[in-house]
Amino acid sequence: MSTAYSMNWPAVRAIYRFEMGRFWRTAGQSILAPVISTTLYFVVFGAAIGSRVSAVDGVPYGLFIVPGLIMLSLLTQSIANASFGIYFPRFAGTIYEILSAPISPLEVVLGFVGAAASKSILIGLIILATSALFVPLRIEHPVWMIGFLLLTAVTFSLFGFVIGLWADGFEKLQLVPLLVVTPLTFLGGSFYAIGMLPPFWHAVSLLNPVVYLISGFRWAFFGKADVNIAISLGMTALFLVICLGLVTYIFRTGYRLKS
Amino acid sequence: MPIISISQLSKTYTSGFTALRDIDLAIEAGEIFALLGPNGAGKSTLINIVCGIVTPSSGTVLVDGHDIAGDYRAARRAIGLVPQELTTDAFETVLNTVSFSRGLFGLRPDPGHIERILRALSLWDKRDSRLMTLSGGMKRRVLIAKALSHEPRVLFLDEPTAGVDVELRQDMWRLVRELRQQGVTVILTTHYIEEAEEMADRIGVIRRGEIILVEEKAALMRKLGRKQLTLNLQQPITAIPPELADYELALAADGRELVYTYDTRAERTGITGLLTGLAAAGIRFNDLHTEQSSLEDIFVGLVREEGARA
Ligand SMILES: Nc1ncnc2c1ncn2[C@@H]1O[C@H](COP(=O)(O)OP(=O)(O)OP(=O)(O)O)[C@@H](O)[C@H]1O
Ligand SMILES: [Mg+2]
Repeated sequence: MSTAYSMNWPAVRAIYRFEMGRFWRTAGQSILAPVISTTLYFVVFGAAIGSRVSAVDGVPYGLFIVPGLIMLSLLTQSIANASFGIYFPRFAGTIYEILSAPISPLEVVLGFVGAAASKSILIGLIILATSALFVPLRIEHPVWMIGFLLLTAVTFSLFGFVIGLWADGFEKLQLVPLLVVTPLTFLGGSFYAIGMLPPFWHAVSLLNPVVYLISGFRWAFFGKADVNIAISLGMTALFLVICLGLVTYIFRTGYRLKS
Repeated sequence: MPIISISQLSKTYTSGFTALRDIDLAIEAGEIFALLGPNGAGKSTLINIVCGIVTPSSGTVLVDGHDIAGDYRAARRAIGLVPQELTTDAFETVLNTVSFSRGLFGLRPDPGHIERILRALSLWDKRDSRLMTLSGGMKRRVLIAKALSHEPRVLFLDEPTAGVDVELRQDMWRLVRELRQQGVTVILTTHYIEEAEEMADRIGVIRRGEIILVEEKAALMRKLGRKQLTLNLQQPITAIPPELADYELALAADGRELVYTYDTRAERTGITGLLTGLAAAGIRFNDLHTEQSSLEDIFVGLVREEGARA
């Protein structure tokens, strides 16, 4: 029988819809939260600080922070959604049904990661729309902008999925985002160009993978970047491959999923 | 061909604990098989391996000829599982969670089928209720509905009647019988002998990870039909008189008791003849009683006896 080779699309759809269901159930909160936080960022950084910082690379400061702001939410939301999405069924025991269903690891990942990425992309677009209320938006390479948005959302949803598989408690679920991702994002040039840093810190920043994401994304908006766009793209793709490898390894070995 | 064949199956958990040892078991299509055993015997471990939730350490399992590892899609598609633990998605509605299960198993939505199942389980009125608002018994029904949503050919019920009231238990038994009529194979685990007695075609007893008995219920019931008559003798005897050799007799309590085993369902129990014979042999008694072993006794006896030997 060829059943082993044909994809179980109804299962992917079922998982995807189940996961999105949680988002829509709390739609008010899901949508309001990013709108409020974006507004706050604009008030604090755009208006208060921006009035003193004239322009970065010829881009008004208020506009300059838009890509970083979106990236910041994209990373945190992707990781939070995906890690919680897979951790919770493990914690509650409902994972039994997924394990006993005729689903391949690829299909499980497509369902969970697809939903997590969709949610964070939606939130990214909401932030973009909110930004337009404060600053005149300008996007030089819209296709690349969407491309980076997708690539980043998928990559970090995969990363979140790995965390959700690895965590064996709610503390661990929050450990990585708190100790690693948030600092890297803030230090990755969300609110400044790393070229503004002294040479030593500039060099250190280049070890931060988030720098490449934000730089690439900013290039899509303004046509200017901290690092070469090809390198940005390459680094993002590399991280995607690493996450894919980790997920594959986890499913091969049944690590933390089956006893 | 059996619908499930398990051979040389063993499981050692990462803790080092061996929960199953060289299990060989064949389940025939269309039968109701009861797996009986005390807490921690390995019932859930066995079921969870067949269903893909626990990975075996060694051995093979075929479901309808499909290897659970090599051809897991075909194997799992045939199986519905109602787990022992009541785990549900608190915020989902009954209808959504049951439809979700059908999707997971790769089937197109079929509202008519889902409605039939929910009605059969008295869940239809609750279809829009969130799971967290349901009672434990209702949640158990929801888990059954989820397992039936994808039309399995084999249904595993891991302690379906634990913590369930009499009414739901009756419903459950009725449901299992209906399923059998539709040709569904049912494998259930239980601690309750009467449940196995009521439901099963065959009974397997598992203890400390080993199957120690698999028998047709009818055969077990034949053992059940046997009764023992114990006579307390006035004077101890050292041997059974030769003229009573035709009777199934045994001496007990240092010759002070004579035990006669007979079949209650035989045409003649032989009691009258025995008593006449005893009188003729001059054996007098001052008391007597009869007892019948239940499946429970057989079960407890088996588990104890094997326990002592181990
Ligand atoms: N994940 C695990 N890691 C280590 N040991 C385990 C694990 N799961 C079960 N066991 C052990 O394996 C043995 C068999 O457990 P299992 O749940 O299969 O028993 P059971 O027959 O279903 O018992 P019960 O009637 O209580 O449900 C038990 O001693 C249990 O402690
Ligand atoms: Mg059990």
